[in-house]
Amino acid sequence: MKTALKLAYRNLVGAGLRTWLNVIVLSFSFVVIIWLKGILVGWDYQAKSDMTNWEIGGGQYWHEQYDPFDPFTLAESHALIPEQFSEEIAQGDMVPVLMVQGTLYPQGRMQTVTIKGIDADQDIFLLPTNKLDTVVDAVPAIIGAAMAESLHLTEGDLVTLRWRDAWGTFDAMDIVITDIFSSNVPSVEAAQIYIPLELLREMTMMQDEATILTFRDPELSRPAVQGWIHKPKNVLTASVDRMIKTKTAGQSVFYAILLLLAMLAIFDTQVLSIFRRQKEIGTYIALGYTRREVVGLFTVEGAMHSILAAVVGALYGIPFLAWQAKVGWTIPMDAGDFGMAMAQTLYPVYSAGLVVSTILIVVIITTIVSYWPSRRIAKMNPTEALRGRIQ
Amino acid sequence: MDKNEIIQIKELKKIFPMGKSEFTALNDINLSLGKGEFTGLIGPSGSGKTTLLNIVGSLDTPTSGEAWVLDQSIGKLTAKEAAQLRKKNLGFIFQSYNLLAVHNVFENVEFPLLLLKIGAAERRKMVMDALEWLGLTDKVRSKPPQLSGGECQRVAIARAMVKRPSLVLADEPTANLDAANSHHILQTMVKLNEELKTTFLFATHDEKVIGYLKRKIYLFDGKVAKDEWVTSNQTAK
Repeated sequence: MKTALKLAYRNLVGAGLRTWLNVIVLSFSFVVIIWLKGILVGWDYQAKSDMTNWEIGGGQYWHEQYDPFDPFTLAESHALIPEQFSEEIAQGDMVPVLMVQGTLYPQGRMQTVTIKGIDADQDIFLLPTNKLDTVVDAVPAIIGAAMAESLHLTEGDLVTLRWRDAWGTFDAMDIVITDIFSSNVPSVEAAQIYIPLELLREMTMMQDEATILTFRDPELSRPAVQGWIHKPKNVLTASVDRMIKTKTAGQSVFYAILLLLAMLAIFDTQVLSIFRRQKEIGTYIALGYTRREVVGLFTVEGAMHSILAAVVGALYGIPFLAWQAKVGWTIPMDAGDFGMAMAQTLYPVYSAGLVVSTILIVVIITTIVSYWPSRRIAKMNPTEALRGRIQ
Repeated sequence: MDKNEIIQIKELKKIFPMGKSEFTALNDINLSLGKGEFTGLIGPSGSGKTTLLNIVGSLDTPTSGEAWVLDQSIGKLTAKEAAQLRKKNLGFIFQSYNLLAVHNVFENVEFPLLLLKIGAAERRKMVMDALEWLGLTDKVRSKPPQLSGGECQRVAIARAMVKRPSLVLADEPTANLDAANSHHILQTMVKLNEELKTTFLFATHDEKVIGYLKRKIYLFDGKVAKDEWVTSNQTAK
């Protein structure tokens, strides 16, 4: 084995440009695979952290009637905030949100919305609720960019909003759009309108009431509260986890295609080598190598390509990947056009497991694709090989 | 096998399949070669000299009959045993040198010693000795494409001789060389044969080589046509 390693090394170094071309192609595959996988993992992380920052905080209490998939439950999903949360709310570590159904009438059209009352001073969510603390002639409201685009609304527009109060009576008034925000969480933007909590409570006659309570600290132990259902963070992010799991299968296909492309380069080199280096193979055998040892030598050579590629890849890949993790990759077109939750700039996340597994998989597969064509050597007649006759 | 004999061949036959028919390359060969001989298998193309050389070199096996080389029956050797025989006891010199193009002169000559797992210091000494015999010490770091044909063949001889084999098999060693280089190479081989007592067996039809041989075995149509010894004053030396 030591001899094979030494000879393989000499053959690779001696082959010069041919070796380096293969190594560079393979190292490029290493870096691209890790980078791309990092982007996909980063996207998943981002989806989860965006969801935390924009929608669920450190966990929530839901009113027992509240069902986010059934808007009709909103009429019953409100109750007085339990006394035990007063202090946490006063400290800003819990944000109550009151939700009611409403209808928006932009430019004579009609759009059913969920009206969310939220404290303008809150800082658990990234929502620009400070823009609700604005003195205007109508009710200040903020909406997401996606909805603003579909309804052709811009900042400063006046729109009529209709809702029903606690007794089921319809009422309406004008709101003014004080801010349009962009998030990567569609459920925060789609058909949602945010107005000051106290104002909504007055409008609906639901004083001191809320639909959901979002807390900041996910680590604190949370007691069961009558009439409210505790939803820990991991329960609220379960849907994202399931989505990531589904996406992982798709990513694996992508990963396999990239690997396949890299392996084609090695396979091609090995097949060519076996035809071009017949005389050399015959010489090895004449000098005392068995055919099996020659197969071993060619296999080690192939495997060494991948190890050299890992070293070369590390030389330029580590700075490149680190730089990418810092500045991220900005998608050259509007991410919103893809119709899915995606940040405009994705920050790749690389785990040690990703790097090690990529290197291991590439080295193992390279060894296999090197061994595969090398088996032809075992069938070669050494006297024919010595003359370099193609068989 | 006589203890002075290095090769003994009895009723050896080699038949190659040619589609549905067969081609008899060697037919009823009976020969023996003693230690230290400088012998050539002479004959036109297709006479069977390279086939016989390949069988002696354990690169091929006889169809029938026996070929004993250094007390080992070639036809009965496993692939591993044949490789061991070549690795330890045989040196090969080829018409087209068969040097490893990506290795330099030192590495080419060192190759057989690597296979024998000889230590680095001893390996270096043996390689340098071999290169000194062949006058190649100034080409140690050169690669085959940078050498002339004569230099390449000298490297091939150094590679064949470096492990001090019992038998060197040379297949048309001068076919790609001009006259001056051919004579230089042959004189070197004669010197090595005399100083190191290495047995040389050639396959050739080159008159220049034939002129240096001490024993000439003529093959024709796969059979030994003539086997003659040359007195010392008849050789080209």
